[in-house]
Amino acid sequence: MLTALDKKLLQEVADLHDKPPGAFNIRKDGQGIERHSLPGIEIIPKEDKPGIDIKVEPGKTGTVHIPVILTSSDFQDLVYNTIEIGEGADILLVAGCGIHNPGDGTAQHDGVHEINVRRNAKLRYVEKHFGEGEGGGKRVLNPKTVLSVEEKAYAELELVQIRGVDTTSRVTEASVAAGGMLVMFERLLTDQEQFAESEMVVKLTGENSSARIISRSVAQDSSRQIFKPQLIAYALAKGHVECDSIIMDQAVVRSIPEIWAEHAEAELVHEAAIGKIAGDQVMKLMALGLTPKEAEEKIISGFLT
Amino acid sequence: MLKLENMGLSLQVEEQSIRILENINLEFEQGKMYALTGPNGSGKSSIARAIMGIHQPTEGKIYFQGEDITDLSVTNRARKGFGYAFQHPARFKGLQVKDLIEVALKHGDLEDCMCLRNIGLCPDDYLNRTLDNSLSGGEIKRIEIATILAQNPRVRIFDEPEAGIDLWSFEQLIDVIGNSHGPNNMTVIISHQEKILNMVDEIILVIDGHIEMKGSCSEIWPRIQDGATCACKKSCQKEGEIYADCPR
Repeated sequence: MLTALDKKLLQEVADLHDKPPGAFNIRKDGQGIERHSLPGIEIIPKEDKPGIDIKVEPGKTGTVHIPVILTSSDFQDLVYNTIEIGEGADILLVAGCGIHNPGDGTAQHDGVHEINVRRNAKLRYVEKHFGEGEGGGKRVLNPKTVLSVEEKAYAELELVQIRGVDTTSRVTEASVAAGGMLVMFERLLTDQEQFAESEMVVKLTGENSSARIISRSVAQDSSRQIFKPQLIAYALAKGHVECDSIIMDQAVVRSIPEIWAEHAEAELVHEAAIGKIAGDQVMKLMALGLTPKEAEEKIISGFLT
Repeated sequence: MLKLENMGLSLQVEEQSIRILENINLEFEQGKMYALTGPNGSGKSSIARAIMGIHQPTEGKIYFQGEDITDLSVTNRARKGFGYAFQHPARFKGLQVKDLIEVALKHGDLEDCMCLRNIGLCPDDYLNRTLDNSLSGGEIKRIEIATILAQNPRVRIFDEPEAGIDLWSFEQLIDVIGNSHGPNNMTVIISHQEKILNMVDEIILVIDGHIEMKGSCSEIWPRIQDGATCACKKSCQKEGEIYADCPR
C-alpha cells in the first residue's frame, strides 16, 4: 500500500502518480514492496544480497520503473541491481531515489547498478534524486553505475539531482564496444552546504565507438561540487566531454575533465567552463519585464533543462 | 511623451570618471519615429540605454507621460511599456527561442508566432532552437527584433538593428519596423543607414556626447554622409553590399 508521502516521492523521482505502467519494482526503506514483471521483462529479487535482477529478452520493447524511496531517519540502504538488456531490445529504464528524512539521523541510499546493453540494443536510463525532510538529518545518496555498451548498442543516461540531497558521490564506469554509442547528460543543482562529487570513467574500446558526456551544474550558497569525467579511447573512436557550471554566492566548483587516447585515430575533445550568470542575459530578461531574481531563475532552469 | 531634461551621464572606468553625455534635452512624442545617429562613440547608445534604465543618468531627469522615471529600474521601465532590442543580443545556453518569445509575449498566444514570421523566420524551424552559438549572428539579431515585436512596448528602442543582417533581410527589417509602428508607439532607432534615416519623422545627431542638431533626413544626411560611411564605401558599393555590416 502506497501512502501519500510515498506517492509524492515517486512523483518527484519518476513522474509517477500511482503504480507505474509496464514492469516495475518499488523499494521502500530497504524492502521491495511491490513488483510486477511482464512477459519478456522479468524482475527477480537477488538471493545472496539485497537488490534485483532485471532481464529483458532480446528484441523486447518496453518501460521499466525501479524507484527507491526512503521515509525513515537513521536508515542506511545498500542495494545491488543487475540489469540485462537483451540483443536488439529497446527499453526505457526509470530509476531514481527519493528521500524523506523526518528525523535527525542520516538517511542514506547506496545503489550499485550493473547494466549490460547487448548488441544492437537501445537503453534510455533516467535517474533522478530527490531529498526533503523536516529534521536536521542528512540525506545521502551514493550511486555507482557500471555500464557495458556492446557492439552497435546505444545507451543514453540522464542523471538529475536538483537540490535536497546533502551529500552525493556518484561513480559511473562505462565501456563502449565497436559501433556503440553512449550519451550521458548530467544535471545538478546544489545549494546550502551540500556537496556533490561525480566521477566518470568511460572507455571507448571498439572501432567507431563514441561517447558524449554533457555535465551542466549550478552551485549556490556554500555548496561544493567536483567533476572528474575521464574519457579513454583505445580505438578509432570519437568522444566529447563538456562540463559547464554556473557558480554563485560562496560556492566552490572544481572541474577536472581528462581525455586520454591510446590510438592515433582517436578524436577526443573536452570543454570545461565555470562562470557566473552573464550580465547581458539578465539584462535582456529584465528588459522584457522580469525582476533580476526571476531572470536568474529563468536562466538557471533553461541551463539545467 | 518621453522627455529627457538636462541629462548627463558619467561612467566609472578603472577608477576614472568619464563624461559620456552632457546636457541632453530631448522630447519624443507618441506615434512618431526617431533616429539617433552620429559617429561611433558619440553617445547614441548611451542615450538609448539611459532611456531604458540600463545606465543611470548622473544629472538631469527623465519623464514619461509626466511621471519622473529617472530612478526606475530596467524591469519597472519594461513593465511601463519600454522595450530594447540590443545591438549585440545575449546568447543563452539552454533557453530556447520560444522561452524568450513567451517572456516577451507575457500572456499572448505563441501559436501564430507572427513576430517570427514577420522577421523571416519560420516558427517550425526556430521555436525549439537553443539561443546559443548554434545560431548565426543574423539569426540571433532577427530573433532579438522578434522579441520586441512580441512584446510590442509603447517605447521601442532598436540599437543598430541592421548590424549583422544581410542585404535581403535589411529591406525586410525596415518594412517590419515601419509597419509595426502604430499610433501608440514611439520608436527610437540608432542607425547610420540612409534608408532608416529616411523612414523616421526626426533625426537626432549626436556628436561628442551632446545633441548637435535635430531635423529631417534631407537636413541631416548631408552633414553626416561622409562621417557615417567610410572611405571604403565606394568599393563596397561596387560589390553590391551597400548595407552589409562593415567588417572594419
